[in-house]
Amino acid sequence: MTQPEAMQQEVDQFAKDVGASDPVTVIGGKTHWQVGGLPEPETREVRAPAGIWAHEPEEMTVRCGAGTTLGQLSEELARHGQMVPFDMDVNATVGGVLAVGRSGFRRLRYGHVRDLVLQIRHIDHRGKIVSSGGPTVKNVSGYDLCRLLVGSLGKFGCIAEVTLRCLPIPETTRWFTGSLDPFELHEKLYRPSSILWNGLQVWVCLEGVASDVAAQAAPFNFEEVTGPPPFPNVGRLSVEPKDLERHVASSKSACLAEIGVGIIHTNEVVHPPSIPDVNLSLMRDLEERLDPKGRLNPGRQVLN
Amino acid sequence: MVHKSADQNLLGELRSVLGDRARDGDFELGLYSKDGSVLEGNPMIVCLPVNTEEVQQIVRICRKHDRPFLARGSGTGLAGGAVPVGDPVVIATAKMNKILEVDLQNRIAWVEPGVLNLDLSRELSPLGFHFAPDPSSQQVCSIGGNVANNSGGPHCLAYGVTSAHVVAIEVVLPDGRIAVLGDLTAETPGYDLRGIFVGSEGTMGVATKIAVRLTANPPEIRTLLLDFADVRDGAATVSAIIAAGLIPAALEMMDQRAIEIVEAFVNAGYPTEADAVLLVELDGLPGGVEHGVEVVRAVAARHHVGSVRVAADDAERDLLWKGRKNAFGAVARIKPDYYLHDTVVPRGKLVEVLEKVYRIADAHDLIAVNVFHAGDGNLHPILAYDSKEKGVLERVHAAGRAIITASIEAGGVLSGEHGIGLEKRDYMGMLFSAHDMATQDLVREAFDPDGLANPLKVLPSGSRCSDSFGQHVPDGAWV
Ligand SMILES: Cc1cc2nc3c(=O)[nH]c(=O)nc-3n(C[C@H](O)[C@H](O)[C@H](O)COP(=O)(O)OP(=O)(O)OC[C@H]3O[C@@H](n4cnc5c(N)ncnc54)[C@H](O)[C@@H]3O)c2cc1C
Repeated sequence: MTQPEAMQQEVDQFAKDVGASDPVTVIGGKTHWQVGGLPEPETREVRAPAGIWAHEPEEMTVRCGAGTTLGQLSEELARHGQMVPFDMDVNATVGGVLAVGRSGFRRLRYGHVRDLVLQIRHIDHRGKIVSSGGPTVKNVSGYDLCRLLVGSLGKFGCIAEVTLRCLPIPETTRWFTGSLDPFELHEKLYRPSSILWNGLQVWVCLEGVASDVAAQAAPFNFEEVTGPPPFPNVGRLSVEPKDLERHVASSKSACLAEIGVGIIHTNEVVHPPSIPDVNLSLMRDLEERLDPKGRLNPGRQVLN
Repeated sequence: MVHKSADQNLLGELRSVLGDRARDGDFELGLYSKDGSVLEGNPMIVCLPVNTEEVQQIVRICRKHDRPFLARGSGTGLAGGAVPVGDPVVIATAKMNKILEVDLQNRIAWVEPGVLNLDLSRELSPLGFHFAPDPSSQQVCSIGGNVANNSGGPHCLAYGVTSAHVVAIEVVLPDGRIAVLGDLTAETPGYDLRGIFVGSEGTMGVATKIAVRLTANPPEIRTLLLDFADVRDGAATVSAIIAAGLIPAALEMMDQRAIEIVEAFVNAGYPTEADAVLLVELDGLPGGVEHGVEVVRAVAARHHVGSVRVAADDAERDLLWKGRKNAFGAVARIKPDYYLHDTVVPRGKLVEVLEKVYRIADAHDLIAVNVFHAGDGNLHPILAYDSKEKGVLERVHAAGRAIITASIEAGGVLSGEHGIGLEKRDYMGMLFSAHDMATQDLVREAFDPDGLANPLKVLPSGSRCSDSFGQHVPDGAWV
């Protein structure tokens, strides 16, 4: 059997597993299992296929089963000096990370994970395979359903296969810390990879060629560290970047803010923000159309 | 083209809102019957609103009269997205052209949809920022059009296309409600409606305000012009640069004919004897740029580069880019008309597909000129012709179809940045199954159940699962 045939067979098998009638939920690495609430008890569990199906280093794209772990993926890519900057638990799966739709702590430089997705094949509520996006690094062919699938917690379909854009691993990655004004750093540094702030101390990740990293860090009273501090992980708050200071100041527990991005990792429980009525009605309409019987990941809620 | 005479009740109601900015004169109707493609349609009425409320009223009035409507920016689209079919009301955003707010703390700007792409970057420049998507048409195309087409440009190789640079969009939905899709926070709650609206070519409503991300201007820029005696070496250099782990800010290619035409037009000192040139731009911090220049030189040397010219200053860089950005217009030097194609192939297949493009052009007795975004495999074959020649358009269309087929056979896609519109609607089946397209249509229908927003675009007739979407594009639209 050729590679494409074997791949197709795995996707076909996954489509059969998802089926067309009873409630199903997809298990990934269970690293974010609680996001959106747990699936209803008795929901049948399925697993997406795993494995790197095609990595073309000179195209800077990788195609893999959605069940592939981030560990597996980064190991393969690193052999060619490449990465997909997910920055998450190595046991998380590619499909799971996309379904949850949260970006890693280097989003300031690398952008949202959704912008790294080129093509997705998913299984819809009828157990049928749907392909969207395209395999090339640039593509505007039709309505880009990949956009809806990222962050959908599997409510629109079960992600079977993903093609991602890869990036070169920077020559140098260094972390620094100090008691500095994070907003001033954001203004002065050119494309830092991450600026984290707990209200007192900042951590900064600078990447690129060694001389640039050294030159960017030089003016500041920094101490070098091996990586970011531990992230408070009870809640995750999303605010406008300009409001970070106010939110951090009023936080009652430990928190870590992503400067320039607008995420606050906190040890407080965060209640999901409300969605404006018009948007909510459109979103419910999409749910109704894409999964009329509500059999995909029942119990989990993207809309509250 | 004969325009259906305006429904007088409809026109009256639109005039009560817009006064003389609702028009049905022959001049306007003629002007708005075309876009940058060779297609032509027939608008019934042209409206020039100045704000969101007026757009909302236009949409509501159209709905009441069951009349399709169509948003239009600058009309530079190349896939017929803004070509009015089915006698619609055209909602032109030309008078909605204000930059509303520059919010440096959030690094975004709120703009009206009719703001021109380059005007925005010019306005931001003194603040040290720009809007990253830079279509070659940036002097004239609108941000609303960029959003609707998810447009790209030379610098999207490193910075990503429009979707990565739009955080929120105020939209008048096809049912007349107003929604803001996306927001200024990092993770908008709910599903990514903003993401699906970008690239929907006006079929999900009219964008009335857009929050775009500001990108910091790079501290250092280096622009290189490399020439090759064999186009194959040029293309191999493109792949090898990327494979070496370098993503330049831009990596553009021109073939021999393009070089000749452009040089005669701009006198930038392009080497007219070369078979191909690469225009490579590196930006960022000085060390990274220097390193990039060395990698490019080393890789090019391995692929038999002729000379490497590094722009000495801003003026020289601007001149090199002027050549690239005016290449399409310069084609007029060889033939009065051209048809610009847009497909993407894996970088490794560039040479193979380019050779096919030349063969296809020869076989159809046309001239092919290639100027394109080589770094992301985005081909832009230009077929030059003279519309006065009898039957020439049939040959142009046949050649276009063959080019698209060759690109898809090489593992590519239908469009990199110009969109599907009318032009490629009926080719969608080459990439997507009927079920894929029916699923796409379910999503579109959630936004526009009655099919009033820019109807008959993007998806081929027959993709609708629910209704009789059997109406074909009027013959006239293919003029
Ligand atoms: C010489 C030349 C070079 C070009 N180079 C490039 C290039 O490098 N990269 C690239 O991507 N494209 C390029 N293009 C194509 C074109 O310029 C882009 O697609 C551009 O974004 C279209 O903008 P516009 O304002 O002209 O939109 P229009 O042509 O007016 O409209 C395009 C589509 O957008 C919709 N639309 C417009 N405004 C709105 C709105 N407010 N709300 C909802 N929908 C709306 C229309 O309905 C239509 O479907 C080029 C075109 C030309 C003629």
